[in-house]
Amino acid sequence: MPSASPSPLHQAVLRRTILARHLWALVRSAFPHSSTSIFAPAGTPAHSILSLSMLVLGITAAIFLIVAGLLLYAVVRYRHRASDANAAQEPAQIYGSNQIELAWTVIPILIVVLLFLATARIILSTQNAPRPAAALDVTVVGHQFWWEFSYPKLGIVTANELHIPVSDPKHPTPTYLTMTSADTDHSFWVPRLAGKMDLIPNQINTMWLDPQAPGLYLGQCAQYCGVQHAKMLLRVYADTPADFSAWVVRQQQPAVNSPDPQAAAGRAVFQRSVCISCHTVSGTVATGRFGPDLTHLASRETIASGSVPNTPANLRAFVDNPAAFKPGALMPAMHLNQRDLDALTAYLTTLK
Amino acid sequence: MATHTPAPADINQPAGLVTYAAPRRLLLDVLHDWVTTVDHKKLGLMYIGYALIFLVIAGFQALLMRVQLSLPNNTFVSPQTFNSLFTMHGTTMVFFVGMPILFGFGNYLVPLMIGARDMAFPRLNAFSFWISAFGGLLLYFSYFGASGLYGAGSAPDVGWFAYAPLTARVFSPGHSTDYWTLAILLSGIGSIGTALNIVATTLCMRCPGMKLSRMPLLVWLYLVTSSLVFVAVSPLTAAQIMLLLDRYAGSHFFDTQAGGSAVLWMHFFWIFGHPEVYILILPAFAFANEIIPVFSRKAIFGYPAMVAASVGIGFISLSVWAHHMFTVGLGPGANTFFTLATMVISVPTGIKLFNWLATLWGGKIHFTASMMFAIGFLFQFLIAGLSGIMLSVAPFDWQLGNSYFVVAHFHYVLVGAILFMLFSAFYYWFPKMSGRMLSERLGKWHFWIFLIGFHLTFDFMHVPGLLGMPRRIYTYEADRGWMIWNLIISSGAVFQAAGTLLFVYNMVWSYFKGPIAGPDPWDAWTLEWSTPSPPPAYNFAVIPTVESRRPLWDLKHPDDPDSRYE
Repeated sequence: MPSASPSPLHQAVLRRTILARHLWALVRSAFPHSSTSIFAPAGTPAHSILSLSMLVLGITAAIFLIVAGLLLYAVVRYRHRASDANAAQEPAQIYGSNQIELAWTVIPILIVVLLFLATARIILSTQNAPRPAAALDVTVVGHQFWWEFSYPKLGIVTANELHIPVSDPKHPTPTYLTMTSADTDHSFWVPRLAGKMDLIPNQINTMWLDPQAPGLYLGQCAQYCGVQHAKMLLRVYADTPADFSAWVVRQQQPAVNSPDPQAAAGRAVFQRSVCISCHTVSGTVATGRFGPDLTHLASRETIASGSVPNTPANLRAFVDNPAAFKPGALMPAMHLNQRDLDALTAYLTTLK
Repeated sequence: MATHTPAPADINQPAGLVTYAAPRRLLLDVLHDWVTTVDHKKLGLMYIGYALIFLVIAGFQALLMRVQLSLPNNTFVSPQTFNSLFTMHGTTMVFFVGMPILFGFGNYLVPLMIGARDMAFPRLNAFSFWISAFGGLLLYFSYFGASGLYGAGSAPDVGWFAYAPLTARVFSPGHSTDYWTLAILLSGIGSIGTALNIVATTLCMRCPGMKLSRMPLLVWLYLVTSSLVFVAVSPLTAAQIMLLLDRYAGSHFFDTQAGGSAVLWMHFFWIFGHPEVYILILPAFAFANEIIPVFSRKAIFGYPAMVAASVGIGFISLSVWAHHMFTVGLGPGANTFFTLATMVISVPTGIKLFNWLATLWGGKIHFTASMMFAIGFLFQFLIAGLSGIMLSVAPFDWQLGNSYFVVAHFHYVLVGAILFMLFSAFYYWFPKMSGRMLSERLGKWHFWIFLIGFHLTFDFMHVPGLLGMPRRIYTYEADRGWMIWNLIISSGAVFQAAGTLLFVYNMVWSYFKGPIAGPDPWDAWTLEWSTPSPPPAYNFAVIPTVESRRPLWDLKHPDDPDSRYE
C-alpha cells in the first residue's frame, strides 16, 4: 500500500542522490567531452571490456582503500612522540606471525583466481566469437602513415575513412577486419568500438567491430610506426543500412570523368605526372599502390589520414608540399607550377 | 658459548694504532686514483655520480616533451626531435640512470653489509663500470656522429624498445639505430660483470657467522637481482647482435620484407624487458627492507617470507613478458596464460607490502627525510601495483595498452616507487658515504615539492589514457579533449625539476658544510654502521663475526639480542 508521502529518510536519500547527480554533472562539465573515451562504448567489444574493467576497478579500489587506510593509520598512530612516557625505549620487536602471513597469502590468491576467471571469460568471448554469416569483410593494411581499407567481396578499395554498417544486436551485422601491414608495426584503435589490435607485417591479425549507433568514431594508430605516427588518424563511419548501401554503390563506380575543362586539364596533369606511380584512380592509367587510392578522394571529409579537412585549399597546399602539414610523410612535394596545381586540384575535387 | 665481538666504538681502532692527517694531494693524483681504482666504494660512487648526471639530462628531455605536449598541434619541437626525445629519455633512464645508480648502491653496500673488504673480483668491477660508462657516452655521441651517408637521423628515434622492422635499414637509415644497439650491448656487458661480482661476493665472502639466513635483506635482493641479470640480459644481447646482422650482414631475423618476424624481436626484447623492470625495482625493495625497520625501530616483519617472496618474484618475472604483447595477436591461449602469470606475481609482491606495513605497525616511526620518501614509496608502490593488475587483465590492456595509462603506470613504478626509494637511500646512506649528514630541512622541502610534482604529473596522466590518447605521439588533435590533462601533467614536471635541483644542491652543500655524521647516525643495526664514515679503503680493520641478522642490535641490546630468537 503506497504511503501518503515519502518518509523523511526516503526524502533525504532522494535529495542526496539528486545532489550527487548534479555535482557529478558539474564536475564532468568542467572537463571537455572526449570523443575517444573508453567510458563511452558503442560496440560489443568495448562494452564487454568496460564491464570487466568496472569489476577490476572495483576490486583494486577496494584493495587500495583497505591497504592505504591501514598504512595511513599506521604512520599516524605509531609515530614517535618525544613526549611519550617510554619514548626512549625501543618498541616490542615482532619478527613475524604465521597465521597473519598465511592469511595475506591466501586471500590475494583467491582474489587472483576470481579476477583471472572473469578475465579469461572475456578473452575467449571476444577472440573466439563465432562469426555471423552476415558479417562484412574488410581488409586493413597499415602503411606509413595512412590506412588502406578494401572490401574484397564488394570490389572497393579506399583509404583512411572506414565506412561500416551499424549492427543491430538482434540481427548482428558486424564487420570483420583482416589486418596486416605493408611496412612497420601499426595498431588499429577506435576506443569507443573495441580494444586495439596491431597490424604486423608478414602476419594476419583479425578483429571485429559492431557499432550499435550510427555516427563517426575516432581513433588513431597506437603503435609507434615512424615520424608521423601521431597523424595516422582513424575515422570510422557507422552508417545506417540504407546509407551504407548507397555508399557502397558510389564507391563501386569507377572514377568520375568530369567534362569540366579545368578538371580535364587536371586529369591530364595527373596522368603525366609521377602521381600515377603511387596512387590509383580506377578507370585511368593510374594504378600505383604505394599511396592511398584516390578514386573517390572527394567523397572523404579529410585528407592526410584524418589530420587535415578536405577542402580545395588544403588539398592544393598538401599536393604542393605535404611536409607543411605532415613533415616526414612519404609523399614528396610535387613541385608543380601554379597553373598545373590549380588544374590538378580542380580534378581531384571532382573525384567524388 | 659467547664469542667476543668488538664493541662498535673500537671495531676499527685496535689499541696502539696511530692515525694522522694525510697531506693534501695534487688534483692529478686524485683523478688518477679514481680512474684506476678497483675499490668497490669508489666504483659505487662513480656509478652513482654518472647516473645522476644522466638523470638531469634525461629529465631535461622529459621537460622538453612536456612543453611540446602541453597544447594540441604544438610546434615547440619537430616530430623528428620529439621522437628522438622519447627514445633517448627512455633509453637513458633505464640503462644509464636506473641500472648504474642501483648497481652503484649495490656495489657500495653489499661488501660492507656482509663484512667483506671488497667485491670478489675488483678488477672486473672496474671494467664493468668503465664499459657501461662508455656505452652511455656512445649513445650520446649519436647526437653528433649518427648522420651516416644519407644525412638521415641523429639521435635514435625508434623508441626505447626499438620494435622491428622500424629498426631495419630501410626504415631507419643512417647510424642512429646502430649507436643505440651498441650502447646497450656495452651496458649489458657491464651489468653482467657487476652481477657476477655480486653473486660471487655474496656466496663466498660473507663474514664468519653470517649464514645465508642471517644476510641483510638488501644483500638477498641484490642476489636475486643479479641472478635475473644473468638470465635477462643475454637475450637482449643476442637480439642486438641479430639486429646488427640484419642491418649489415644481410640476415633477415627481423626483416619482414624478406620473411623475417617482427614478433620475434618483441619476444626477445620483452624476455629481457620485463625482468629488467624487476631488476630495477628489487633494489628499491632492498633499500626499503633496510630503511623502514630502522626508522620504525622494529625488526623487519617476516624475514623468511620476504626472502621467499623476493626469490618468487624473481622466478615469476621470467614468465610474464608477453603481457607487453597482448595486442599483437598471440591468440586467446597465450593471452590467458600471460594474464594469469602476471596476476600471480602480485601475490609475493603484496606479501612484501604487507610485511612493510606490519613492520611499521607497533613501531615508533621517526619522520626523517629518508623515512618520508620511504612512506611515499609505500603508498605509491601500492597504486602502481594496482594499475599493473588492471593492465594484466588482457582485454583491459587491449584498450589501455600503448596509451598514456601505461606510461602513467610505469612512471608510477619508476618515479613513485624506485626514485622515491632512491632518494630515501640517499638521505640514509649519504652520511656513511661522505661522513656528513644531508640537511634534513632541505630534505623535507625536497620531499614535499617533489611529491606535489609527482602526483600532479602521474596521477592525472592516467586520464588521457582512459580517454584514448596513445603514447609516443608528438602532438594530438584539439577535439579529443586531452588538452587540460596534458597541461596539468606538464605543470607537475616543473615541480619535479625544482625538487631534483634542490636535492642536488643539498648534496653539494652538505658534502662541504653538512654536520659530521659519525659512524652510526641512525642507530641502525647492519654492519656498515660499524665502520667510520666514510669507511677506510679496507672497510673493517678486523673482520666481524655475527650471531644474528642484526649484529649491531645484539651489541646495543646485550640483554635482548636477536640471536636469542632465531
